[in-house]
Amino acid sequence: MKLTLQAFAFTILLLCSRGAFAQIDSTLLNTPAKTDTSKHNLNMDAIYNRPFLKLGKSPVSIGGYVESDVLYTNTSGITNGSQFQFRRFSLFVASTISKHVKFLSEIEYENDPTGDPGESAGGTFGIEYAALDIEFNPLLNLRSGLILNPIGSFNQNHDGPKYEFTDRPIAMTQMLPDTWSNTGFGLYGKHYTNHWMFGYEFYVTGGFDDAIIDNSQAKTFLPAANASTSRLTSSASGEPLYTGKLSFGNDQIGQLGLSYMGGVYNTWRIEGAQVDDKRSVNIFDVDFNTTIPKLHTAITTEWAWVFVDLPADYTPEYSHRQYGGYIDVVQPIIHGHILDWDNATVNLAVRGEYVDWNEGNFAATGQRMYNDVWSIMPAISFRPTPLTVLRLNYRIEHSRDITGNTIGAAIGPTRGLSFGVSTYF
Amino acid sequence: MSKKSTILISLFTSLVVVTIASFSSCSKIFPQMINPEDGLCGPVDLSNSQTILFSQGNDQFFANRSSATGLGPYFVATGCGSCHSSDNRGHPFTILTRFGQTDSTGNKFLAEGGPQLGTFALPGYTPEQIPAGATSSKFIAPITAGVGFLEVVPDSAILAMAAANVNNPDGVRGHPNYSTIPSYVTPLPGSMPRADGKYICRFGRKASTYNLVQQVAQAYNHDMGITSTYLPINPYNYMDQTPPPPSSTPEVSNDDFNSVVFYVTCLQTPIQRNPTDATVLQGNALFVKIGCETCHKQTLTTGYSPVASLAYQTINPFTDLLVHDMGPGLDDGYTEGNAKTSEWRTAPLWGLGLAPGVQGGSYYLMHDGRAHSIQQAIQLHGGEAAVSAARFSQFSSSDQAAVITFLKSL
Repeated sequence: MKLTLQAFAFTILLLCSRGAFAQIDSTLLNTPAKTDTSKHNLNMDAIYNRPFLKLGKSPVSIGGYVESDVLYTNTSGITNGSQFQFRRFSLFVASTISKHVKFLSEIEYENDPTGDPGESAGGTFGIEYAALDIEFNPLLNLRSGLILNPIGSFNQNHDGPKYEFTDRPIAMTQMLPDTWSNTGFGLYGKHYTNHWMFGYEFYVTGGFDDAIIDNSQAKTFLPAANASTSRLTSSASGEPLYTGKLSFGNDQIGQLGLSYMGGVYNTWRIEGAQVDDKRSVNIFDVDFNTTIPKLHTAITTEWAWVFVDLPADYTPEYSHRQYGGYIDVVQPIIHGHILDWDNATVNLAVRGEYVDWNEGNFAATGQRMYNDVWSIMPAISFRPTPLTVLRLNYRIEHSRDITGNTIGAAIGPTRGLSFGVSTYF
Repeated sequence: MSKKSTILISLFTSLVVVTIASFSSCSKIFPQMINPEDGLCGPVDLSNSQTILFSQGNDQFFANRSSATGLGPYFVATGCGSCHSSDNRGHPFTILTRFGQTDSTGNKFLAEGGPQLGTFALPGYTPEQIPAGATSSKFIAPITAGVGFLEVVPDSAILAMAAANVNNPDGVRGHPNYSTIPSYVTPLPGSMPRADGKYICRFGRKASTYNLVQQVAQAYNHDMGITSTYLPINPYNYMDQTPPPPSSTPEVSNDDFNSVVFYVTCLQTPIQRNPTDATVLQGNALFVKIGCETCHKQTLTTGYSPVASLAYQTINPFTDLLVHDMGPGLDDGYTEGNAKTSEWRTAPLWGLGLAPGVQGGSYYLMHDGRAHSIQQAIQLHGGEAAVSAARFSQFSSSDQAAVITFLKSL
């Protein structure tokens, strides 16, 4: 079954694009990538497609970004008032070690109560990424170390200053793990001809653990694996997590990514003795982004489907299937000289998102299981430069518990106002 | 700076300032608190310190447990809120199964996992099976709201209600369920134990649980597989032949345990909706006329409670806290305490109309959720309630509708 799904995943991966970052002008960035393909960007390039400062003649470059905001939310009339949040501080350190050999790391402080609860409870410092890249050929690069698994686009391309929203997409941070990185290695490469571009990535890494079906959320919750303090040095299942992605881009059409991540997640043997059946998790993801010519309207969307093997007769609070995603539409309405900034932009934007945490029906009643959430979030943002964003969001959200109930703790209608600042430095 | 830039910056700044200024006061753009009668939320009147404890209990009540926080290895639900959404009734997906007892001599299957089945098990474990020869019954979780008031209804009042039924012409009798209380339970002031040392119990489908401390301890242990100071041994699957040792450290702390007891104790009672509506009033009168109110007592008065808001209050729970013979149709062959297998505690009807809101839009009534409408639930009443149920069936459709409207208003 596992091999079949993996074969299926890699077989279906295929199509088109051109990186379309309406919110950030990549020409302003001092990208260390020196190959010809750096002229064309895919989401896979986001890790290096950031502003860096070089330190004199040193081969080391540094950069980073910061995010903070003030947030007021109200669910079914219940609020804890205004919350002032310092969400993230990330520091990038990159080094060109020698010709075709480079290293990049990202160290992050994160405290995002609206994001991945498995990762950020109380705020954490951690290494999010630290990998060595060796380029044999633009089509054949080896990457090893602590790697961001290329599942979808948001996991690869999530820096706060790139977005007009203070919150990260629910599906991409709570259904899929937020900034999901693991120890491992793999290959990637890309190729372009005229307006077309192709990229691939394939990695084997450590993976998930039993916490994804045994956690404080009482729902299948992949981010729960982030809580393990040992996952970067030991794999719960003792088997690799496979992640693969194919990206296709066209300058005029956009960029499409098809990705898969899966493998055995549970601890099925202890000291060589089998204690459980092997159970796997399989995730399929489609992402697309484009910028409509002339209007300069940027559209970014990603949807993912999660399939998890559960123990027989397990509580229905944990699900076999989940799906969800988001779509961002960003429309620049004014661009040009504002105050003393020459390249300033005012954007109107909206994000729509949906997550079904528990797709299926109750065995006991045949009724649909709900446990879902949808949200629409209009926004207005001001970018004095492409690297800095001030953003104002209003969230309209509605959630239901597993039986469809909308009255109770942390369910029902939610409205939220947030104002935040994020910038590269 | 150009005029356009000035206007834009002014507009953006104004938006930000207005937004921040309105964070705490702009009621129109934020959801309003639901009307208390439309949902079950909030405590009775409490002091500040009591509110803090209630809030702590609320967090614990709705916390989801995992193996890391003591869940399992055998369980029915992962948290109190799984069974008691919005402090109300449960849904069939968290229905629990009891087995092993057929009379007042006790449960004969305690050594084989009784009295409660571990429906689910953590990964690597196998859920329990009902042992051969054991009878069983399924219980859907009852409403939680208002239980603190029921706890302090005096024993004398319960005995008086039983005594009043002695000559009931419809055959209604009913009696308290006397059970042995566990050593960790302290009898409440005014309790009236029998000469054999058994106490009047009042919680659970069979009224076999004495008070909310016992109820919470059993719920943690039997429903979630969480040990406490009071019940320090996890349930186990006897078929696995690996009984667990007593926990050296309770999986729920005493502070958290006590806060949950305080939380459920202080939950406000459900509030009737449209109590002055003509059809509701008509239905209420018919409800009394056909004898439903003989068991589903509309009005009770509480006794002493250390929480002033609970003490000496008049409440409308629609129960007499007695167990009644409900006939062979509801006899599952399983019981608890000194109740017979066909005897069930009169279910409180308060909050009945709110049930669909927590049961996925449907009704799952009676002890195991077998009734999918109020009308069906009435028709399932047999035994001591058969006469009243027959009278309801003889009503015109408009009178039946009035009774249903009344019950939905509760």
